[in-house]
Amino acid sequence: MAIADLANPTRFLKFANRTIPWLGGLTLVLFAFAINQAISAPDDYQQGAAVKIMFLHVPGAWLGMLGWGVMTVAALGTLVWRHPLADVTAKATAPIGAGFTLMCLVTGSLWGRPMWGTYWVWDARLTSVLVLFLLYLGVIALWRTVDDPARAARAAAILTLVGALDLPIIKFSVDWWNTLHQPASVFRLGAPTIDASILIPLLISALAFTLLFAVLLLAAMRNEILRRRVRTLRLLQASTAG
Amino acid sequence: MSPLTAILVRDLRIAMRVGGGALMGVLFFLVVVTLTPMALGPDLTLLQRIGPAILWLAALLASLLALDRLFAADHKDGSLDLILLGRAPLELVVAVKALAHWLTTGVPLIIAAPLIGLLLNLDAGAEAALVLTFLVGTPALTFIGLIGAAIAVTLRRGGLLLAVLVLPLAVPVLIFGVAAANAAVAGPVPFGTPFTILCGLTLASLVVGPFAAATALRQEIE
Amino acid sequence: MEAASHTTFIVAAYAAAGAVVGALVAWIVVDYRAQLRALAGLEKLGIARRSGLAAQTREKA
Repeated sequence: MAIADLANPTRFLKFANRTIPWLGGLTLVLFAFAINQAISAPDDYQQGAAVKIMFLHVPGAWLGMLGWGVMTVAALGTLVWRHPLADVTAKATAPIGAGFTLMCLVTGSLWGRPMWGTYWVWDARLTSVLVLFLLYLGVIALWRTVDDPARAARAAAILTLVGALDLPIIKFSVDWWNTLHQPASVFRLGAPTIDASILIPLLISALAFTLLFAVLLLAAMRNEILRRRVRTLRLLQASTAG
Repeated sequence: MSPLTAILVRDLRIAMRVGGGALMGVLFFLVVVTLTPMALGPDLTLLQRIGPAILWLAALLASLLALDRLFAADHKDGSLDLILLGRAPLELVVAVKALAHWLTTGVPLIIAAPLIGLLLNLDAGAEAALVLTFLVGTPALTFIGLIGAAIAVTLRRGGLLLAVLVLPLAVPVLIFGVAAANAAVAGPVPFGTPFTILCGLTLASLVVGPFAAATALRQEIE
Repeated sequence: MEAASHTTFIVAAYAAAGAVVGALVAWIVVDYRAQLRALAGLEKLGIARRSGLAAQTREKA
């Protein structure tokens, strides 16, 4: 079955029903492994055990940005190709991406307090991630405000494409401006600058969270397809009644 | 179910649904607070000092923007006329609608305020005082806004007029709310003094608001 | 800096992450059940999609 076949909502539902259980199980296993790795990882000589908050904070950041990336591709699908599943993907991704961005902000804040003495600072990276969070909330509000799903999808798609400009700002903010936040240490030209004993648990945690993102997204898309069916049936019911 | 309870439940349900706009106020609140350091610069000491004032201004504006939810939709679909013809006293109905509005707009602000206060580097004492002033002050904002919303209900582009009407009325609440929040942190005035006045303002608004709004509605919808 | 005093923040961070993930999972599960209930309710009333109606008509004929 080609990926293109998934474009049919009914086929997607079947795919989702088959995939979610085992993918969810795999995610749980991976989390168990990740937690085990996190506990056995060594303390940082400067930060102590607090460095382990990074295993939450960094995946949160990556997935927050990945979420908006997925929404951007979906937005193109809606506006350019009118792909039926694009609307569903965009709407389902928004709360999940927002959640991970929130996780990034909160864990970062709790990490910052003991390490650098403050819950928050208005530097380039933190501000641009907060703006990403606001953009997420805005697009969710837009989805909830426009009644007609098709119109909501197009409006959200435009907002998503404009908001995508924030992603490169987030990524390069630590390079472009003097900032309190740590500069890039994983995704950079040249090798990562983190020691393997911390890098490995981080990557495993990131993998676990990414699988979680995928499972949540499949499930949310399934819900959205079902919700649209309910809406269609209710409209049918209202138009044939009386 | 008594008619007043029915109206309360109905307004709560509508606010939570698609297009209801229940949590929009908090989002706007967060946006305004995020904008301030972009205008003022990231100096955390400065932000901490004017933090309570920024938060109160943002809450006032957020409450203001949510006000046209009170009567506009009901006026458009005719429910307001039915309410006016009904047996329940209009003053009580209006008060109940304001209560529903506060529960869906004011309470989320109270819950969000301490978290957003962290963005402005407020310390624990300032946060606690701020939450208390919000708890007491946001009902006043809703019940005072009630008056403007009622006066502006029949106007099609009443949005800005509504703001112009309500803001002067809300100034005392703003002054004493900020004064109380600041008094808890610094200054010679004890927290209790402006706070008690704030409580008085709220209690007064709980009475004056519904009566003035009901009178305005009766005049507008002849 | 004492590593011990950081424990509160570490625990709080992991708890916050758990709360966010838990909230997402809960929302998805509750929503799923609500949609299934709504579909079942509509089906009981006899409202079905075109594909379902075609099957019903074929049965009656």
